[in-house]
Amino acid sequence: MSFLPHLLLAVLEGTVAAAVLALSALGLSLVFGVMRVVNVAHGEFFMLGAMLAWWTAKMMPGGPFAGFIAAFIVAPAAVGALAFLTERLLLRRINYDPEATIVATIGLLFVIQQMALTFFGADAKPVAAPFSYRIVFPWFGYSGYKLFVVVASGAVLLGVWWVLSRTRFGLIMRVTQFDRETATAFGIPVNTVYSVVFVAGAALVAVAAVLIVPIQQAHYLMGLDPLLMSFIVVIIGGLGSIKGSVIAAFMIGMTDGVISVFFSPTLASIISTLAVAFVLVVRPQGLFGAETR
Amino acid sequence: MLDVQSIDCFYGAAQVLRSLSLRLEAGEILCLLGRNGAGKTTALKAIMGLVRVRSGHIVLDGVDLTKLAAHDVPRHGIGYVPQGRRLFSELTVLENLKIGLMTRNAGPEVLDHVLTVFPILKDRLKQQSGTLSGGEQQMLAMARALCVNPKLLLLDEPTEGLSPAMIARIRQSVLDLKDHGVTVILVEQRVDAVLPVATRVAFVENGRVTATMSVEELGRNRHAIDKYVGIGG
Ligand SMILES: Nc1ncnc2c1ncn2[C@@H]1O[C@H](COP(=O)(O)OP(=O)(O)OP(=O)(O)O)[C@@H](O)[C@H]1O
Ligand SMILES: [Mg+2]
Repeated sequence: MSFLPHLLLAVLEGTVAAAVLALSALGLSLVFGVMRVVNVAHGEFFMLGAMLAWWTAKMMPGGPFAGFIAAFIVAPAAVGALAFLTERLLLRRINYDPEATIVATIGLLFVIQQMALTFFGADAKPVAAPFSYRIVFPWFGYSGYKLFVVVASGAVLLGVWWVLSRTRFGLIMRVTQFDRETATAFGIPVNTVYSVVFVAGAALVAVAAVLIVPIQQAHYLMGLDPLLMSFIVVIIGGLGSIKGSVIAAFMIGMTDGVISVFFSPTLASIISTLAVAFVLVVRPQGLFGAETR
Repeated sequence: MLDVQSIDCFYGAAQVLRSLSLRLEAGEILCLLGRNGAGKTTALKAIMGLVRVRSGHIVLDGVDLTKLAAHDVPRHGIGYVPQGRRLFSELTVLENLKIGLMTRNAGPEVLDHVLTVFPILKDRLKQQSGTLSGGEQQMLAMARALCVNPKLLLLDEPTEGLSPAMIARIRQSVLDLKDHGVTVILVEQRVDAVLPVATRVAFVENGRVTATMSVEELGRNRHAIDKYVGIGG
């Protein structure tokens, strides 16, 4: 292939990587932003979503498309329910203390991982894409499903942005994020807001998993990668800034896609790691994060 | 109307309020005076349910506020203007006011009324509240609390850090509130700031109310000011 087709492929791969990143990081960013707690089990919620997508697709008669639609309902609902229990039984009891939360969710990480191993086994599980349309360029063919993932994550991101900036509940979330005490003094039930946000964050990462699992595979150890990448995205973008997360995801995804295609995936990882270190040194609050009060 | 019955409050192991008591009749403007660290802000936060009351009761028109979840307290009709204003500074003026309106599901007529009390805000509804001047921010903090449509308003040092002209305007707003029959607890450090507006004064020292007197008594008894506050009016 000559240079331009190569570049097209790199941009496509980069866009897909960016969409996957932004989508996986969204829940973490939301939860950290509003609640100021780091959910270390975020990646396990992703893994669980992917496993449930595989399981639902297997159980559901009627082919990959029916399975995909069913997974879209089952996975976010089940992962959201688990998150609800986590919030009630774990986070609320330790009063959302940042350090205690990290320890508690590390524990949760291992519990979910071992449960997945016990119930689903250690082998990787391929999930068929809901459709297998291939876009044929003169130089190469490209998975239509991957581009669907880009469009779908764009839609999810827009939806979350719309809720945050245009709805009454979005206003309540922003106010809770900004100043919990003053929010309480105006009748906002902060604990309920936290519950909803934590469940929504988990449901979002489950949606991400359902979308992404056909281009990866479900495996009980698959949670680590999205966790690390979400951290990187959230740190570079600025803690709690959804806009920052999306922009950071695009920077990293594009760099990753382009460098992986032209050079090597290893070099791409090295560069994103360096970017994180650089941002941490120069702008510890992230590119778009406000300095906390 | 409000009866604070010997409350004790702590920050960690440190006791900040020691059996503090206050009584307030409807329509009064009670002023809490006291030095830095005396516990004035903590007293207001205790009423709002923002610091836990370890013993004692706070009764508002027959309802024991200490039995409620903190977010239910303002729903019983208390508007709070915190020290340092604590605006949601990234939000617009209108969004700040909406938060106040949501507290008790107040209708648009409440907003209209509040905007006639603070007409400057009317032209600034879309402006980010953090970009207002100090005086305007204080007015917004008061307007936000009035959007709750409160029967009791808690004002924590509303004139702190403002120019004399602004202080006069804030004072005028408090007087307007009095005419509207709102009951107010006003925290101030400077006696001269409260004499024109208050009906009664309570001196807070070391977490206790050490004396209360009407403004007339205080006017006749200027040395009380030196005794309880140590800074002349
Ligand atoms: N969050 C907190 N944690 C620990 N101690 C606190 C906290 N807030 C206030 N205190 C302490 O409690 C005491 C009373 O504080 P408070 O803010 O109620 O005083 P204040 O009368 O409002 O003073 P000021 O006039 O400076 O506003 C002070 O000794 C203060 O240091
Ligand atoms: Mg104070």
